[in-house]
Amino acid sequence: MATEVQTISAPVKKNGTSTVARVFRYTAVRAITLFITVVIAIYMTILIANMGGYVDQMMRGQVTEQINMAMAANPAYKSMSPDTRKQLAQQQIDLEIERLGLNKPLAVRTANYLINAITLNLGRAQNMVSDTGSKNVKNILLERMPWTLLLLGISELLLFFVSLFLALSLSRQYGSFWDKLVIALTPTSSAPAWFYGIFLILIFAAWIRILPFGGLVSAPPPKTTLLYALSLLQHMILPALSLFLSGLFLNIYSWRTFFLIYSSEDYVDMAKAKGLTGGDIEKRYILRPTLPTIITTFALTLIGVWGGAIVTETIFQWPGLGNMLYKAIGLYDTPVIVGDTIIYAYLLAITVFVLDFVYVLVDPRVKLGEGV
Amino acid sequence: MNTVKNSLKDISRYPSAIAGVIIIFLLVLLSIYAVISIPYDKAITMWRGGEEFWKANPKFAPPAWSNLFTSKKLPESFHVDTADGTMSKVVTSTGDDTSNVTISYSFNFEADDYPQDLIIYFTTTFEQKQPFASVSLFTPTGQEIRVADTGVAQQQTLRFSQESRMVNRYSNVPVMTGMFSDPKDPPHAPLKGTYKLVITGTTFEKDSTFDAEFVFLGQVYGLAGTDMSRRDLMIPLLWGAPVALGFGLLASLGTLILTMIIAAIGAWYGGWVDSLIQRITEINLVLPFLPILIMVGTFFSRSIWIIMGTAVLLNIFTGQIKSYRAIFMQVRESMYIEAARAYGASDLRIIFRYLVPRMIPLLLPGLVSAVPSFVFLEATLAVLGLGDPVLPTWGKVIDDAYTNGALYKGYYYWILEPAVLLMITGLGFSMLGFALDRIFNPKLREM
Repeated sequence: MATEVQTISAPVKKNGTSTVARVFRYTAVRAITLFITVVIAIYMTILIANMGGYVDQMMRGQVTEQINMAMAANPAYKSMSPDTRKQLAQQQIDLEIERLGLNKPLAVRTANYLINAITLNLGRAQNMVSDTGSKNVKNILLERMPWTLLLLGISELLLFFVSLFLALSLSRQYGSFWDKLVIALTPTSSAPAWFYGIFLILIFAAWIRILPFGGLVSAPPPKTTLLYALSLLQHMILPALSLFLSGLFLNIYSWRTFFLIYSSEDYVDMAKAKGLTGGDIEKRYILRPTLPTIITTFALTLIGVWGGAIVTETIFQWPGLGNMLYKAIGLYDTPVIVGDTIIYAYLLAITVFVLDFVYVLVDPRVKLGEGV
Repeated sequence: MNTVKNSLKDISRYPSAIAGVIIIFLLVLLSIYAVISIPYDKAITMWRGGEEFWKANPKFAPPAWSNLFTSKKLPESFHVDTADGTMSKVVTSTGDDTSNVTISYSFNFEADDYPQDLIIYFTTTFEQKQPFASVSLFTPTGQEIRVADTGVAQQQTLRFSQESRMVNRYSNVPVMTGMFSDPKDPPHAPLKGTYKLVITGTTFEKDSTFDAEFVFLGQVYGLAGTDMSRRDLMIPLLWGAPVALGFGLLASLGTLILTMIIAAIGAWYGGWVDSLIQRITEINLVLPFLPILIMVGTFFSRSIWIIMGTAVLLNIFTGQIKSYRAIFMQVRESMYIEAARAYGASDLRIIFRYLVPRMIPLLLPGLVSAVPSFVFLEATLAVLGLGDPVLPTWGKVIDDAYTNGALYKGYYYWILEPAVLLMITGLGFSMLGFALDRIFNPKLREM
């Protein structure tokens, strides 16, 4: 999406139109396209979260069963005649179905979800409750967000900068032992983070017993802030490490190859012939042309943090957004699923939108909305 | 022919590629062996068979070879039966339709830990009068432990650890500890030597029969060990190979072929078809991949085919389609395409006969490299509890082990066996795919 600057541009008259008009037009078209993309994607997510009405039937059945069970178990209703009891149950079922919005047709309901989602009116969860007892989707999301940002933020940023730095130094000494080692280790990145997580738990928690199996802090939670932070850090080591390790070698390898391709350009040879130092060549002739790609990857890494890591968080019982989403799906909680997705979609769309302008700033060759 | 030869020569220059090919070859052999030795239906029945099916196996037993690596040898499981002649039975008639049955079995016990349990399953036939049996165990010191004296129904199970006489006799230690310890010594180590089980039975009718199966539930079992429902882990470990290979290869192949065809169509027709494909790709970028698979698994079906189909669909419209499109755009302008157009070939003919085949050599590295991600995807969904409900797979073993606290309780074999197999599979394919990528993309070759 991000590299599509040229193909999506509006038709531009070569003569007569000013730069301002061109930029304005491009901006408007781009914003509208992105918005439509988000709307369609969100509507698809809503439909999938409903399985085209299939989930509604399940929920209706669930509601009926729950209320009938509750009625049968309650001694207060024992004295009533079966008819009144049935009537009362039906009333409660109808009420609950109305509360969940199940009495409206699918099209109306999904349209409502869509409008609410687009306007960021996240609404109330159907079954999920936040730890503080709130049913507001916003509260549920906000409660989990810091932990995901902490875990994913640290591990992903570390992964990004460490692999970038190592790749740059490897591209300088290409063919060396370390370079070959990284190439040899790259296939290990085919395993997902949770897979590394299981091995790390086995080694550090079960076998050596120096780190906890999972969770956020030790129980009972430490009283002082400092101890709490230390306990949090201790619990974070293994999940962060597994996220870090699973991406490390592939990232280093791809950056290294990327830098190598750019350092075999003629202008780099020219710079070498001029006698510039290695550091200068790197900064001016290798890093600069690759800057748009580095920025794009960095921005996409940052957004990726929002999604959390579903399986890794579940394996480590880390109370983050990924874990929450998994639970929400298990509870058929469409508002929470949609709320989580819409925020991701908006973040992605905004980033892609902003990136177009960033490219212009860092790369003088790129002009907004101008076909090459 | 020459190109194939050259490619093979190129592959042989990469040690990692050779290792990958060997691993894949071994996996294929393993799959063939699994499918032949345990046919599909049998594997499913065994995998889904309950306690009744697996009664002869201990629970949570590591594989027998784990004894090689520990100083404390754990007892191995075995079972013998009079019905198939593995345990001897002597019947002597004492007239008046009654007869005595003597069953005895001696076994050597050399382990450093106690067995999980000893069980006898009786099978008898009679009209009205139940046969009678008394069960004794003779320890190496010659002491007789009288386990039970009981009338035997048609199907009866005698668990030594739950027999009230035994529970009372060893009131302060577990029954197995008491039984297999020297009575003069405090029970800290099992008494080694030859034990003898003796069952003396009496039948009271002419055609009454009396059979017994003796199960010694040790603490290690077989080549792969057992899980929480006594199932032999050999079944999922063997069957996991064809499932993983099938899922990985089919999904990878499906994704690539569909991606290529759609990219070719977009590049050939151009115009609104092309931009529609571009828009769908952008929408797909916003759709969350794993959550959608989880939703399909939770709400709709956990069948491996449905999951594979969804994964393939979501994987078609990714960045890959753009790189294929770029190549097709170049190929489009070649002379031979123009020649095809000149003789009046239809659009579809050009796409399927001239554009797509041109790309097939380029397909190979991508095909091989995509396999691990699909193999691990199956395992990922299984770990989330969304594995196929019927099939025995590696991911499901990891899930079972994880939910039963294998890591907390120290049943490492349970997680390590499927995990190591998964890792080997993933490494095999990605090592080969990685090497192929360098062979087919000459730009990467020198780097």
